Amino acid sequence: MASGLHESSFANPVVRWIDQRMPIFTMMQKEYGSFPTPRNFNYFWNFGALAMINLVIMIATGVFLAMNYTAHTSLAFESVERIMRDVNYGWLIRYVHMNGASMFFIVVYIHIWRGLYYGSYKAPRELLWMLGVVIFILMMATAFMGYVLPWGQMSFWGATVITNLFSAIPLVGDSIVTLLWGGFSVDNPTLNRFFSLHYLLPFVIAGVVFLHVAALHITGSNNPLGIDPKGPQDTVPFHPYYTAKDSVGMIVYFAVFAFLVFFTPNYLGHPDNYIPANPLSTPAHIVPEWYFLPFYAILRAVPNKLGGVLMMFGAIAVLFVLPWLDRSPVRSMRFRPIAKWLMLLWTVNFFVLMWAGGRPAEGIYVLIARLSTAYYFAYFLVILPLLSKIERPLPLPESISRAVLRGGGPLRGAAAAKPMEKA
Amino acid sequence: MPFRTLPMRGLKAAAVAAALSLGLLAAPGARAQEHEIHIPDTRYSFDGLFGTYDRGELQRGFQVYKEVCAACHGMRLLSYRNLRDIGLSEPEVRAIAQSYQIQDGPNDNGEMFERPGRLSDRFRSPFPNDAAARAANNGALPPDLSVITKARVGGADYIHALLVGYEDPPPAGATVMEGMHYNKYFPGHQIAMPPPLTGDGQVQYADGTKATTDQMARDVSAFLTWAAEPELEARRTMGVRIILFLVILGGLTYAVKRKIWARAGGDPVT
Repeated sequence: MASGLHESSFANPVVRWIDQRMPIFTMMQKEYGSFPTPRNFNYFWNFGALAMINLVIMIATGVFLAMNYTAHTSLAFESVERIMRDVNYGWLIRYVHMNGASMFFIVVYIHIWRGLYYGSYKAPRELLWMLGVVIFILMMATAFMGYVLPWGQMSFWGATVITNLFSAIPLVGDSIVTLLWGGFSVDNPTLNRFFSLHYLLPFVIAGVVFLHVAALHITGSNNPLGIDPKGPQDTVPFHPYYTAKDSVGMIVYFAVFAFLVFFTPNYLGHPDNYIPANPLSTPAHIVPEWYFLPFYAILRAVPNKLGGVLMMFGAIAVLFVLPWLDRSPVRSMRFRPIAKWLMLLWTVNFFVLMWAGGRPAEGIYVLIARLSTAYYFAYFLVILPLLSKIERPLPLPESISRAVLRGGGPLRGAAAAKPMEKA
Repeated sequence: MPFRTLPMRGLKAAAVAAALSLGLLAAPGARAQEHEIHIPDTRYSFDGLFGTYDRGELQRGFQVYKEVCAACHGMRLLSYRNLRDIGLSEPEVRAIAQSYQIQDGPNDNGEMFERPGRLSDRFRSPFPNDAAARAANNGALPPDLSVITKARVGGADYIHALLVGYEDPPPAGATVMEGMHYNKYFPGHQIAMPPPLTGDGQVQYADGTKATTDQMARDVSAFLTWAAEPELEARRTMGVRIILFLVILGGLTYAVKRKIWARAGGDPVT
């Protein structure tokens, strides 16, 4: 073998020739083939892969939409309806993209919840978790700007309300808003830059996803028990075990997605967005998309504008420091008798916030939103740090294989867990 | 071992995941409804998950639009050629298009001119611009109806209710400003549009259906639903096929997954 070539284990001459010069096949085999993965994942561990698929779907449909979309205030609304009517399968592409945003947030919220419940944010996965939070923020920015593009009433007024939030920042706030708008109101320059950024950010997301996965492959995955694999009896190769399990989740995901797209395509949207944007007519209620409602509720729960904006951004920023707020060495809530219930309460509370965000900011709704906001932050800032000190966790199992294998034999079946023969 | 006594864990996890996604899906249902006006449910052929359009109803609805609504409301996103989808033949649609004078140009002399409509023309709007529409309508702008059922909570039900929801004289205690009309189902109850459907015989249906106000309101709201969602039937047909396909593929995938995991001692008790 010529010097400088990678030593490849592939037999196929073409694959081998490439692999010797650029070992991507070796890398794929290592990272997605034989990659040792805890054997006890439940279906919550599907959602990372599902989010990846969703990103690909969004980029693919988005590219085709962009071929037919016109980013101009006087043409945008009609160009979207032209896609719906005159572009071949344009309705399908647009409804997949539109509902794909909702699916993306459903998937990512469950993915984040999984991390919170099973303690995936704890050492050694802090950076992995923080990269995930970065992806979440980028997703929210992308989704927000995407919702502006059809230039309906909610597009316009949502853009007006959200960009105006930045004016609460002292000193530079107004300049930032002018910069975002490209002028002195939400208008054509705003639409143009939002379109540009909406096309750009998904590729930034893809880049951070790469880092997220790279970090994951250093630390390895967490698992429902939250304990580290202690040897080969605790793991199975990623392929075929988790490719098969992820496939099952993927089909269910596609079924839910298909139901939304084909039978209730506008259910998660707002009717007002089928009214062309009109700067002279404000809708009775300006409501963001459902996935922003919890944060919208937090924003409105605070009587002071700057305070509300800080709390809203703080609600996400707090996730960055979560690994250092929760000092309990036990990852999985299964072994944390108190934290488990308070975490589930936090989950319910998140839905309460979502509900409150969709109600008008008046009367009892404000009080509910305030109490829920208080619990949202208290869980991270008070409960978790405190429980780290006082909670007595349940005894952890000796190993994954002892805990999860049927029949109790720690090594039973482990010998059979060999990677499938590759073609 | 305590962990092995919990074989329901997997199911529980699935249940939690389902609850999470259902909760998310249910969220917009909790959206603010300011006026809480109850819109009566009208039964349409396109109701439910598998409903389809009734071509006869759509044609009657188009007739109502053409002879009544089109005096003030445009449908600028539709072209005459689209009318072939409601079961009209090409010569019929061509004749409809030709009955309108469409502005075209400029010609070789640099002048705009009018010519009979073609299949490819968009529906002619009743007013050249919004200002002209307002001027002719006491300051109110009749909205374009192309996507109106998608743009209103309640869709076709709301349009039907609105068209039959006028009360003259208004109920005691209701204030109605000069030039406005009382409508039970319009948010705020004051609508600038005078009652458009005035009663029996306003249009002559070719198929012999009796043109009562309720019938005309049903027909035109069905037509407007088609106009807003012309892809509805193709979409649902494709959806049924794809979901059936996914159910079968899902069963196979699950069987494959079980078989593979059997090699590792079966599903872990998680």
